[in-house]
Amino acid sequence: MAYIALDQLAHSYLPNPTRPTDFALRQIDYVWEDGGAYALLGPSGCGKTTLLNIISGLLTPSKGRVLFNDREVTTLTPEERNIAQVFQFPVIYDTMTVAENLAFPLRNRGVDKHEITKRVDEMLETLDLTGKSRRRASNLTADEKQKISLGRGLVRYDVNAILFDEPLTVIDPHMKWQLRTKLKELHEQFEHTMIYVTHDQTEALTFADKVVVMYEGQVVQIGTPEELFDEPAHTFVGYFIGSPGMNIFPGQVARHSVSVAGKELRLQRQYEPETQGVEIGIRPEFVSIVDRREAGVDGMPLEVQAVEDIGRFRIVRGEVDGHKVDALIGEDDIIPESAAAVFDPSRINVYKDSHLVKGQA
Amino acid sequence: MDKPFDNKAWLFVLPVFVLVAISAIIPLMTVVNYSVQDTFGNNEFFWAGTEWFSDVLSSDRFRESLVRNLTFSAIILIIEIPLGIAIALCMPRKGVWVSVCLVLMALPLLIPWNVVGTIWQVFGRSDIGLFGKSLSVIGIDFNYGQSWIQSWIIVILMDVWHWTSLVVLLCYSGLVAIPEAYYQAARIDGASKWKVFRYIQLPKMQRVLLIAVLLRFMDSFMIYTEPFVLTGGGPGSTTTFLSIDLVKMAIGQFDLGPAAAMSLIYFLIILLLSWVFYTVMTNFGIDAPDRREGAE
Amino acid sequence: MLELVDVVKQVGAQTHISNVSLTLESASLNVLLGPTLSGKTSLMRLMAGLDKPTGGDIRMKGESVLGRSVRNRSVAMVYQQFINYPSFTVYENIASPMRMARHDKKTIDRRVREAADLLKLGEFLDRTPLNLSGGQQQRTALARALVKDAELVLLDEPLANLDYKLREELRDELPRLFARTGAILVYATTEPQEALLLGGSTATMAEGRVTQFGDTIDVYNRPNDLLTAQTFADPPLNTATVRLQGGQLQMDGHAIGSPRESLADGEYSVAIRPHHLSLMETPSHVASLPVHIDSTEITGSETFIHVSTANDSWVVLTHGVQRVHKGDTLTVHLDPSRFYLFDANGDLVQSPVTHARAA
Repeated sequence: MAYIALDQLAHSYLPNPTRPTDFALRQIDYVWEDGGAYALLGPSGCGKTTLLNIISGLLTPSKGRVLFNDREVTTLTPEERNIAQVFQFPVIYDTMTVAENLAFPLRNRGVDKHEITKRVDEMLETLDLTGKSRRRASNLTADEKQKISLGRGLVRYDVNAILFDEPLTVIDPHMKWQLRTKLKELHEQFEHTMIYVTHDQTEALTFADKVVVMYEGQVVQIGTPEELFDEPAHTFVGYFIGSPGMNIFPGQVARHSVSVAGKELRLQRQYEPETQGVEIGIRPEFVSIVDRREAGVDGMPLEVQAVEDIGRFRIVRGEVDGHKVDALIGEDDIIPESAAAVFDPSRINVYKDSHLVKGQA
Repeated sequence: MDKPFDNKAWLFVLPVFVLVAISAIIPLMTVVNYSVQDTFGNNEFFWAGTEWFSDVLSSDRFRESLVRNLTFSAIILIIEIPLGIAIALCMPRKGVWVSVCLVLMALPLLIPWNVVGTIWQVFGRSDIGLFGKSLSVIGIDFNYGQSWIQSWIIVILMDVWHWTSLVVLLCYSGLVAIPEAYYQAARIDGASKWKVFRYIQLPKMQRVLLIAVLLRFMDSFMIYTEPFVLTGGGPGSTTTFLSIDLVKMAIGQFDLGPAAAMSLIYFLIILLLSWVFYTVMTNFGIDAPDRREGAE
Repeated sequence: MLELVDVVKQVGAQTHISNVSLTLESASLNVLLGPTLSGKTSLMRLMAGLDKPTGGDIRMKGESVLGRSVRNRSVAMVYQQFINYPSFTVYENIASPMRMARHDKKTIDRRVREAADLLKLGEFLDRTPLNLSGGQQQRTALARALVKDAELVLLDEPLANLDYKLREELRDELPRLFARTGAILVYATTEPQEALLLGGSTATMAEGRVTQFGDTIDVYNRPNDLLTAQTFADPPLNTATVRLQGGQLQMDGHAIGSPRESLADGEYSVAIRPHHLSLMETPSHVASLPVHIDSTEITGSETFIHVSTANDSWVVLTHGVQRVHKGDTLTVHLDPSRFYLFDANGDLVQSPVTHARAA
């Protein structure tokens, strides 16, 4: 078990980086707490895999240090750092059986034979693979192989951290559910520090206690799933988390209200008046659709363009004063003929130059 | 995978059929014909049945040549396969040097075979050849025309020099196909280099190794040009392989019957041994069916 | 119009496709939904003409096309692994089908630029595919399929290798792009959510068979059998075996409600969607069941609570953040009008009531 500290860490694949855009990973200072479950979330090319490989030791950073429990490991190899990594596609030793695969890392480290058998049996039980322990690993299904990859990391009780690089990519949706739950249970049981890289927000949000959202090599926000959902620090986070993402409109903010689409909407907190570069954000979950006649002061006429039925809720795509708005309504809700959108005032976020402005109560 | 049926495709194959018929099937049938007939001269032939076959199989000369071929192929495989794998493992997988190494490896394969024989013939001479001269400078009297051990050594060296590159290139292609993640996972599992070789590289090279073994076996068993140019089959008959013996019989002595019979026996032996290699390697490799647990 | 009549595909001892009969109309979007190895790709290859069926017939506009080679059919296919000609520029890639059909230069130029604009590739026309991002490579493959103006367009999990958000964007654009051409669009996917977002009609597949085919939302709301219901569920359905006695459904000794119509007594399977379970008692959630909490997953907007009943593992989906503790007991409330009931053969006998909704 270890806590991992990143000190002024940055990385560039170019020999002489000068501008910020030359860096695949821009400066990051952070401490990953011992036993925490973290997710690195972001689109392709955002630097999350680079960061993971630096933590695991597969890549040496061009700047900065990595410390495990106050010990500098920046130039150490993965085996010297005592970490485990699970890759995107299952990596197993084809010629060995399932049990031999799980025993491999322990045998390489000279662990006592009886101890190996005990731990392998326990792991087989945890992964529901006891019946297949003597089968050739290459004959199993993709999700079973991925479990073996995972198991090889977990058999090493003293491992400092377990790193996951988009491990559920090749798995079917049904199996994804089971494996995700299993991962969470394993985390609660073994309490290892776990860092999980993905571009899928559901995987990230359900797995992690804290999510690190990245974009173009930079860490944009680190927070719990609720914080990221309720108060995204940047419009990118608002867009990236949530399906569909946050609605963003240009507007102007006054002390207690914001003017959007020709309407003045009240806000729950006080803000400094601003007119330039201001946007407001509201999640589709907090946009309700009512009849225009009952809308009241805060209702904005909504032109409904499409309704997508996803079974458990429906997405209404429309326009308010020329701006696109998405709203979520329940499966039984009725959309009135002349519709108006009402924004929940407690859920309106104000952004200046794409960054969140926190008002005063 | 069945594609929709299109008869016109057969027309494309016709020229190939004709060529194969002329260059392979018809001559093969001629050989079969000769192998079951005898002549008193004047182009009169009569049926001899299996007479030639039993003659050949019981002749000492044939058996000695066969033993030489088997020994030779065994030595070749034992040297070339591990050596080829070792060189392939050392070759860089990324960067500028890759193309340089690949070209270097390909060079010996491009040389016409009789030229190979001639090169080594000169190379091995103790007066003007680099190899022979260096040996005599150290004090070893090297004259492969007189000692059967030395002639075997030089023939083997020549074959290793000529053909190991093929094994190297095949193994290299197998190695390059292994995704980086396997090596990374092995490092994380704490595997030593030997274990990485045994559990990742060797299993994943299995299919190309099969091709390499089969090719080297068949080629070395059929070898003719290089030893013929180099030693002529000598000294005595110590490097007279089956193929050389066959040619002596057919063209030198003009014993067409026994020569034809021997050709066919030769062909069948190669076929049999290749089949054995193939079966053994596919049933013990990673493609093997799972026989340990019951079907699930 | 594409018709598959009793199509069978056997390879050695395995049956990859068994007795599939489908009719796909022009200008329609059809989704093939099913897990990996359920036969989606095999079926698409048969539709394209890349494989020949072992039995049955495939007809395009009434005529059998079995004897025709792929090149003579009007088909375009896009794969999961962005397949483009690596040595051609984006422009050349998109132009290739038209060059092969020997169109004149002016038409080719116009249509390539049209397609590039539609797929937002305008500024990348002179790059080669390896210098593009994944999303752009797939857009190139899609543009190539678009200009071919084929009658049948097959998309085999085209967005599976893309980022989550990129997938959302492209998924929005795809149906609109191909709708203009009037082609029959067939889209294979493993994700039920994707099928629902695409709309159109869906054919659910399992083990080489098509278990149901119809309007997507209808297949979702009224699956013919338990297998189809489970194929089309994400998150997975909560199922349990129940006993109907004296008009009451009994699960693990608890009464959980009554079926809407009278059914014969006996064993049934009940299936409930995770969001139809409630943590609070409400006028519609009249039945209740004690369960143990195994774990929770919070996404910020929703919470998934994994619970176990006496015999099964269930998932409860609630809005917002719910903090519950592992190991505690909880009472979940069920709304019997939302039950799916399947008889002993797995056939549907009751589906949930769908309440009033406006267009």
